[in-house]
Amino acid sequence: MADVVLFAAFPYIAIVLAVVVTFYRYYTDRFSYSSYSSQFLESRTLFWGSVPWHFGILIILLAHLLALLVPGVWQDLIAAPTRLYILEVIGLALSLAALLSLLLLFGRRFYTHRISVVTSGMDWLLLVVLIAQVALGFWVALYYRWGSDWYLHTAVPWLQSLARLDPEAEFVSSLPWLVKLHMLGGFLLIALFPFTRLVHMITVPITYLWRPYQVVVWYRDQRHA
Amino acid sequence: MDIRAQVSMVFHLDKCIGCHTCSIACKNIWTDREGAEYQWWNNVETKPGTGYPTKWEDQDQYKGGFERNNGKLKLKLQGKLATLANLFHNPNLPTLDDYYEPWTYEYEHLFTAPEGDDQPTARAVSLITGDYMEIESGPNWDDDYGGSPVYAANDPNLENLSDAQREQIQEIERVVFFYLPRICNHCLNPGCVGACPSGAAYKRGEDGIVLINQDKCRAWRMCVSACPYKKPYFNWSTGKSEKCILCFPRLESGQPPACFQSCVGRIRYLGVLLYDADQIEAAASVEDHDLVRAQRDIIQDPNDPEVIAAAKANGISIAMIESAQRSPVYKFVKEWEIALPLHPEFRTMPMLFYVPPMLPVLAATRDGQYEVDGANGSDVAAGSEGLAPLLSSLKGARLPMEYLASLFTAGNVGDIEAVYRKLIGVRIHMRKETVEDVTAEEAEEALAQAGMSAEMAEAIHKLTALPTFDQRFQVPPMAREVAVETRQHPERHKREAGFGPVIAPRRRW
Repeated sequence: MADVVLFAAFPYIAIVLAVVVTFYRYYTDRFSYSSYSSQFLESRTLFWGSVPWHFGILIILLAHLLALLVPGVWQDLIAAPTRLYILEVIGLALSLAALLSLLLLFGRRFYTHRISVVTSGMDWLLLVVLIAQVALGFWVALYYRWGSDWYLHTAVPWLQSLARLDPEAEFVSSLPWLVKLHMLGGFLLIALFPFTRLVHMITVPITYLWRPYQVVVWYRDQRHA
Repeated sequence: MDIRAQVSMVFHLDKCIGCHTCSIACKNIWTDREGAEYQWWNNVETKPGTGYPTKWEDQDQYKGGFERNNGKLKLKLQGKLATLANLFHNPNLPTLDDYYEPWTYEYEHLFTAPEGDDQPTARAVSLITGDYMEIESGPNWDDDYGGSPVYAANDPNLENLSDAQREQIQEIERVVFFYLPRICNHCLNPGCVGACPSGAAYKRGEDGIVLINQDKCRAWRMCVSACPYKKPYFNWSTGKSEKCILCFPRLESGQPPACFQSCVGRIRYLGVLLYDADQIEAAASVEDHDLVRAQRDIIQDPNDPEVIAAAKANGISIAMIESAQRSPVYKFVKEWEIALPLHPEFRTMPMLFYVPPMLPVLAATRDGQYEVDGANGSDVAAGSEGLAPLLSSLKGARLPMEYLASLFTAGNVGDIEAVYRKLIGVRIHMRKETVEDVTAEEAEEALAQAGMSAEMAEAIHKLTALPTFDQRFQVPPMAREVAVETRQHPERHKREAGFGPVIAPRRRW
């Protein structure tokens, strides 16, 4: 029963919450959409925290997503043992980098008074959940080896069943509890997403790449597009 | 021809007394809030000096403005891909310590301290952390040299000067400085807009005011780095960048900006310039020594029928064009050519122009003696024979021309000398008219050297020394009734006008 609640109901609650609140927040309090950078108050430690954290977690998330969206390609990719080893080592290294830099960011917020005064309760909660989630992921990768393979046969069909609106918790119900915790952590973060500064993820300014440098805005769009 | 209107400014540095009234007027209206305490949208610096934030002019450090790259304009900061890669950590962002840590004093302690043998004190506390702090710098730490030339020695503009010239500036009996009030330049080619990945920074089409949309800003912080004048500021409390808005709510109701209205020395002028937007990129891409000329050239004559027709075709109202025709800024910048942009080599086309200061411009010392050309029987510089010492060569200027050229003409000494010859010409001519210790021939010679007519000298004198409020400020009709549409539905604005933002601009989530 607990499995049904946690792995069949909770994910939907998390996603609905994320979507509804994200839109609600965007249309009622757009001013609050910000990355709330604290670099202005402290720059040096931030570099060693923020850069490895972002690049590490982005690549790891991308790997999770790739295996989920195109499991066939992923299966072929890890078919050769050499490639599997390389991928696992890269994954471990990146998650370790992400974990260490996250701990550094936590310490920075905790010990630098200038930064702690601009840290909200939600920021602390998010940091703790993120640390737990990345630590769990690292632990799972280290002690339940070849996750890039068994992920394809447990989490992927489960997530696909969720996407089909036909949740089948059996795919994951017999996994070790640490692994299950990591999966729940993922959906907990999705649920937290709209309430935290994480919303800056969906405002990544990709359009800057093809926009002209200068932006001129007229009162009325009558002459200049 | 793509004619647009720009609310532009002239600051006459000869009249600035460095009283900071402008800064206070601005602070009281706009930046007296949490997160903005350290921001001085208007500040006044002592030059030579390092300014605020410290050494803002040093673009090797801050990477502000644009540069020419194979004839094309590029942000000095970074390319577009690098911008996205640097979102996580901006390597060129000034931090709070490059400005100063804002503080207040623990005044309450004066009343609540227990009785004792010593006077109670009001210690300084940080406005950010609330901790006790040692005050180590402030927005005008080197005001009036702050008691020593140590600060001024770090002025990046001194790089082009010889050692002898540098020593001359600091010599105790002729120590020289002037004040440089700075607000946002509302550039034609703004670096902050060019670097803003979110597109939150923008230039208003109707009046050229550069603003940051607070709802679109995502705290990527690139505007702070990319503005060579360091005029966008990061609000550490709300997580948004802010900048001078040229008091557009005041302008829209027909009043000049607060810093203009409150200026004690009446150094500030405001008016509309019409310019050709098609030429911006070309004009910002010319060689350094042509930059001032190129910027003057894209400013168009508001009385030229062709320009008027093009302006009308662009939807610029007749009232706006008429305002441009009365603009005092047009006179200073284009007709008389005595107002210059600050650091044109940053290539952002700043639309705030400065009339450089005279600083009793003449006399250097040699062997401990004042060396005024023509006085003390010293050599008279060529071309100044027979004229009073006041008129003599600019080579002996108290502040070297190279220094002023580094500030106002991207190093072009010819351009700055031309301005000074005019300023001197006005003085000689008016001296002939009023004090009458200069002969008519001498005055004519001075005007000839400056290449201007007596009428022009008189007009410059009149607008410099005796302007009325309305002559200084030609506030154009800003069409507030249309302007509100950019921010809010007019019906909603009607219901809420006067009550400020409905949702307070502070962090909630």
